[in-house]
Amino acid sequence: MTDAAAPGKEEVRVGAAPIDWIPIVLTATVALAALPLVGSFSTWVTLTVAGLAMGMMIFIMASGLTLVFGLMDVINFGHGVFISVGAYVSLLVLWPLSGWVNSPSVALNVGVFLLCILLSMAATGLFGWAFERVIVRPVYGQHLKQILVTMGGLIVVEQLIHVFWGPSPITIALPESFRGAIALGPGMVAERYRLIAVAVGLVVLIAMLVILNRTRIGLLVRAGVENPEMVEALGYHIRRLFVGVFVAGSALAGLGGVLWGFYQQTLTAGMGLQVLVLIFIVVIIGGLGSIGGCFIGSLLVALVANYTAFLEPKIALVSNIGLMLIVLLWRPRGLYPVAGH
Amino acid sequence: MSDALLTLEGVHTHIGRYHILQGVDLVVPRGGFTILLGRNGAGKTTTLRTIMGLWRASQGTIRFAGADVTARPTPDIASAGIAYVPENMSIFSGLTVRENLVLAARAGPLQAGKLERIFSLFPALERFYGLAAGALSGGQKQMLSIARALIEPRDLILIDEPTKGLAPAIVTNMIRAFREVKKAGATVLLVEQNFMAARMLGDTVAVMDDGRIVHHGAMAELAADHALQHRLLGLHLDTHQ
Ligand SMILES: Nc1ncnc2c1ncn2[C@@H]1O[C@H](COP(=O)(O)OP(=O)(O)OP(=O)(O)O)[C@@H](O)[C@H]1O
Ligand SMILES: [Mg+2]
Repeated sequence: MTDAAAPGKEEVRVGAAPIDWIPIVLTATVALAALPLVGSFSTWVTLTVAGLAMGMMIFIMASGLTLVFGLMDVINFGHGVFISVGAYVSLLVLWPLSGWVNSPSVALNVGVFLLCILLSMAATGLFGWAFERVIVRPVYGQHLKQILVTMGGLIVVEQLIHVFWGPSPITIALPESFRGAIALGPGMVAERYRLIAVAVGLVVLIAMLVILNRTRIGLLVRAGVENPEMVEALGYHIRRLFVGVFVAGSALAGLGGVLWGFYQQTLTAGMGLQVLVLIFIVVIIGGLGSIGGCFIGSLLVALVANYTAFLEPKIALVSNIGLMLIVLLWRPRGLYPVAGH
Repeated sequence: MSDALLTLEGVHTHIGRYHILQGVDLVVPRGGFTILLGRNGAGKTTTLRTIMGLWRASQGTIRFAGADVTARPTPDIASAGIAYVPENMSIFSGLTVRENLVLAARAGPLQAGKLERIFSLFPALERFYGLAAGALSGGQKQMLSIARALIEPRDLILIDEPTKGLAPAIVTNMIRAFREVKKAGATVLLVEQNFMAARMLGDTVAVMDDGRIVHHGAMAELAADHALQHRLLGLHLDTHQ
C-alpha cells in the first residue's frame, strides 16, 4: 500500500479517559476524617505513614493477582506463596552478606537490599512460570478446581519452605541505615523503612502505569482484561500474554514478600497466606482487573486498618471486611469496575 | 464457485450439549458481499464464531484461501487474514478510539493514509479519536468495530448484524460506507436481517435455518423472487398482505 508517507509519530498517549476522582477523594477524606478521631497530629502522621507504607506493599503484592484474574479469569490462591518464597529467598542474600546488612555504609545497605529484591524477583518469576504450567494451566475455566488446586499448591510449597528453612519463624534485621526514624517536623517522626516502602511502591506504580498506558504490551493487557476473546480475534495470542503477566505478577509478589519480610522482621512460611486475605479484599474493592482500583483499594484498606487498630483495636480485624461490604454496597463491581467483569 | 475464498463443508458445532450447527455448507467467493440471512436463532452468529475458531467445529472442514483452518487457534485464523466484527461490537471501552485502532492495526504504528480512509468512511471517529471508546454512542461503537476490521487490508471480513438497533439515518450511512468498502474490492461475509440493506449490498446470499444452509444463490435472484422470499424469510407476509 502507499500509506508509508506518514512519519512514525504514533505513540500511545495516556489518560484520554477521564479519571474517576470520587474514590481518590474518598480515600483522602477517610484519612482527614481520622485526624480529629485520633486527636494528636503527630500520632495521625505516624499512623498515616504506616498506612501508606502498608498500602504500597499490599499494592505491589495485589497488582499481579488482579491482572491475572482480569485477563484469564483465574482465581489463584497460590499467589500468597510467592510472597513467602520471595521473603525466604532474600535469606540467601542476607545470611552470606550479613556484613553488608550491619555495615554503616549506606551503599552496602542499599546494595544488599537491591540484591535481595533482584534475586527474589528472579526466583519468584521463574517459580511463577512453573506454577502456571504445572498447576494453573490444567484448570482453566474451572473456578472450583482453581481454588482447590492453587490452594493445594500453596500448602505444598509452604511445607517445602519448612523443609528447607525449618518450621520456626526466622528473624531478620533491616540494613543498618534503614533502621530508626527521621523527623518530619516538630514532634513528628516517620520510620525510615516505611518511607522506603512508600518510595518503592511509587516506583512500581509508575512503572506499571507507563507500561500499561504507553506500550503495546500494556495496551494488550488492558484490552485483554476487558475482552480476551476479541483480543484473540484481532490476532494476538492471549495465552502468551497471560503467561507473561503471571510471571510478572509472581515476581511482584516476590518483591512484596521481601518488603513485607523486612517490615515484619520475622519470616514464616504462612506469612503470604496471612496477607492474601487482605490482598483478595483489595482486589475485590478495587474492581477485578483494575490497576488503578488496586492501588486506591490498597491505600484505603491499609489506612483504615491502621486507624482502626489505633482507635478501636477490637474491631480492627473485621474493619476490612466491613470496608469491603460498604464499598460493594456502593459500587457492586468495585471502585473502578472494568468492563466485561 | 471456482474462486472460493472460504468454504465450509458439513460443519457441525456443539455448544455444551446443544447441537447448534448441523452440517453447514457455505461458499464465500472472492470479492464482493455474501449475505447470510436467517431468522433469529438460526445459527448465523454461531457460523461466524465457528469460522473464527471461537467455537470449535465438532465435525466438518473450514478452508480459507486453500488452507484447512478448522482446528487452528483463533489468533492464527485472524493472522491468516480474517477480520471479525462481532454481533455485540466488542470494542474495548476502556481504551480510546485511537488505541482500539492501534491494536487492530497489528503491523506496528497507525499510518496516516489508513486513518484518512477510515475517517472519510466514519467522520465521527476522527472527532472522538482521543476519547474513551466506552463514551461513544451505539452507532459510533459499531463504526469503530467496523473500522478495526478495515484498518489493515484483510482478505475476508466477517460482520455480524451491523445495523441492529441503529437509527435509520445511521443505517443509511453505514450502507454507504459498505458500498465504499465493496468498491475497494473487499470480500465480506455479512449477517444482515435488514433485507433492504442486504439486497443493496449483496452479490451472493445464503439463507440459514435450524443450523443448516437452506438456500444459496445470487442475491439478484432472491430479490426478484417474492415467492422464494416468502418461503425462506417470511418476508411476503409483512410487505404484501
Ligand atoms: N452460548 C450459548 N449457549 C447455548 N446455546 C447457544 C449459545 N449461543 C447460541 N446458542 C443457541 O444457538 C442457536 C443459534 O444461535 P445464534 O446466535 O447462532 O443465532 P443467530 O442466527 O445469530 O440469531 P440472531 O439473529 O438472534 O442473532 C440459538 O438457538 C441459540 O439459543
Ligand atoms: Mg446472531
